[in-house]
Amino acid sequence: MFHRESGVFKTSYAADMALYPLPIAKWAVAAFAGLFIVIAPLTLDEYYVSILNLILIACVGALGLNILVGYTGQISIGHGAFMSVGAYTAANLVTQLHAPFWITIPAGGVMAALIGAVVGIPSLRIKGIYLAIATLAAQLIIEWTINHVPAISGGVQASIQVPRPTVFGTPLKTQTQLYLFLMAFVVIAIVGTSNLIRSRIGRAFIAIRDQDIAAEIIGINIFRYKLWAFAISSFYAGVTGVLYTYYLGIANYEQFQLTVSIDYLAMIIIGGLGSILGSILGAIFVTLLPIAARWFLESFGGLFVSQADLANIIPNLRLILFGGLIIFFLVVEPEGLNRLWRNIRNYFRVWPFSY
Amino acid sequence: MRILSTLATAVLAAATLCLAGQATAEDKEITIGTQCDRTGPTQIVGIRLCPAVQDYIALVNSKGGVEGFKLKAPEIDNEYKVPPAVEAYERQKQEGSVSMMLYGTPQVQALNQKLEEDHIPSTSPGFGISASADGGRFPYLFPIAATYWSQGAAAIKFAKDKLGGDLHGKKIAYVYYDNPAGHEPLPILEDLQKSEGFELRTFAVPPPGVEMGAQVLDITQRFKPDFVIDHLFGRSPSVAIKEYKRAGFPLSKVLGLVWASAEADIDAAGGWGVAEGYHTLQFAGAGDDYPVRREIKAMYKAQGKEPPKEMDDTVIYNRGLLQAALHVEAIRNAIKANGGKKPTSEEVKKGFESIHDFTLDGLVPPLQISGTDHEGGGWVQIFQAKGGKFVKETEWFRAYPEVVAAAVKKAE
Repeated sequence: MFHRESGVFKTSYAADMALYPLPIAKWAVAAFAGLFIVIAPLTLDEYYVSILNLILIACVGALGLNILVGYTGQISIGHGAFMSVGAYTAANLVTQLHAPFWITIPAGGVMAALIGAVVGIPSLRIKGIYLAIATLAAQLIIEWTINHVPAISGGVQASIQVPRPTVFGTPLKTQTQLYLFLMAFVVIAIVGTSNLIRSRIGRAFIAIRDQDIAAEIIGINIFRYKLWAFAISSFYAGVTGVLYTYYLGIANYEQFQLTVSIDYLAMIIIGGLGSILGSILGAIFVTLLPIAARWFLESFGGLFVSQADLANIIPNLRLILFGGLIIFFLVVEPEGLNRLWRNIRNYFRVWPFSY
Repeated sequence: MRILSTLATAVLAAATLCLAGQATAEDKEITIGTQCDRTGPTQIVGIRLCPAVQDYIALVNSKGGVEGFKLKAPEIDNEYKVPPAVEAYERQKQEGSVSMMLYGTPQVQALNQKLEEDHIPSTSPGFGISASADGGRFPYLFPIAATYWSQGAAAIKFAKDKLGGDLHGKKIAYVYYDNPAGHEPLPILEDLQKSEGFELRTFAVPPPGVEMGAQVLDITQRFKPDFVIDHLFGRSPSVAIKEYKRAGFPLSKVLGLVWASAEADIDAAGGWGVAEGYHTLQFAGAGDDYPVRREIKAMYKAQGKEPPKEMDDTVIYNRGLLQAALHVEAIRNAIKANGGKKPTSEEVKKGFESIHDFTLDGLVPPLQISGTDHEGGGWVQIFQAKGGKFVKETEWFRAYPEVVAAAVKKAE
């Protein structure tokens, strides 16, 4: 991550595929894990932990969407709906069968994966913007179904209250407890994604993204792998939905509307398509930027306008700032924050001899 | 070196003084967390509701605060999205808010469990969870205004009075936005249909409801109702008004529930001339004729400023006043009960539950909030668009409380 390598000569395929090219990379990751798993929850105030929690949940969803959009090259603007599928599956399991979280989370994911695979079927015939519209239809159909089928939605309010998850007999109540709970799934999601991408399936995804006809000629079953991509990606979305449900204590389809799908697309585009670090950076960026923008405006806005006007200006200026910064970062580096980070790293790798 | 150390001491001393000063100021300041939507899909409400809250807090502070305490209502815009609402809630909790004004139905649902864990009383007038009228099950959530269930019941009562006191054989159309909020009054209407003997037909308007021509023709030409209840949001109420007018249906037979009843809807429909006769249902008094509004105008005049343009829209602005005033009243009750100390959030909850007959000279209904009834009775008033403004048609009334109570009970 931060190390500079010299004299690294890979002599086998296994070495080339290794997650950690050097031992120092392993230590860097271990240090990061220690910082975020041990030190952050112990030292940070509850408020900051709650922001981290929102980021963690977004990370899982962004990773999943990136598998589909970034690695396989298929587009989906129905991921908000897949999240609601996971959320309602889990909520119904909890309220009707009192299922524990280690059943509901996979179950929510699997249900979302099944529906995601069905939604992915049009991807065999249509591509790009047309596929986007097909998945948009899925978003609207799922929303409508949840809204109108009380057996799923639990009544006219279309919301099901869910008790907090219980781990070793203790219900997770504080933000720090929830942080550790969510962190476990983020770690699984990151490890899972990075291994998936290095596997046969992951290579097939990338081949399809780069040139699907060529992929078919070298023997990749496009039908199967496109559906796998939709299913795996939707599985992540479903898990995200379940995590939201546990975090908020309620499943409600109004939390997973079209704007959510767009937000997640924004995350991976800003972060960097087809990269794990990019998904995480994008989730951080999109979640944190509005908050940071408000802090900034609250601290310095008072210098220019009165407090009463500020109340009206902040929310609007925040949106302008948010949009402006997204454009700025995409203009500076169209391939996202991940590429920006790599550029910086590559610059310092050879610094001060840039040639 | 000496100079440096003196300087350091001076800076330290100044900092300590500042901190100490801040500490005493904080002891005498009470924070009410406020969420708002000034930029999201319901901004048409937020840009009027939230200034009203701030104006009322400023008015209370200009008169010396509450029992010697100054009030502060820091506002965070949640864009009608859930994650920003969670962040705003945690931030305002960290700032020590004794009560919170939440905003938005999904946001209230998402935060309800946290409220119970953190023991912070919060209000959700006109949105949120209807069943939260039951203070036993939702101890920290206060709708403080008529829920959709009470509104539905009141609408039927009003129709009954309008149609000569008997609904047998009459036809009532319920036109609703096809989302959970729109569905909510349905059980009440279906119950009343059986007991009152009218024919109910429901017409779902798919969001965003900007194209209702064919639907309104279906309602007015084919079903030919004796009375229409509009439960619409956003842009759709004005579209509906326009289409009723075009179809030649008398608007005096139409009643809009609380989110289809603001001046902005009338303006968007083409002005007061088009909407003449349209009935609206309100949980806070509409119009300009209330002492508190005169006081706010006087406050602005004393500062040498014009009253804000938000005050022109009386319906939503007055709801903001109602919400802020009830928070202030709850805090006042809490301070009185604990003997003048700075209240805790738990004491403010008790303060909410001891609000009785606080009417703000008619702007607020005669609420009777208690530990079990967080709705305060479900009072509404009907106003009619007449001659360029909303004219009061009924006094505060509530309808079929037993039917609503049964629905609250059934929701368990």
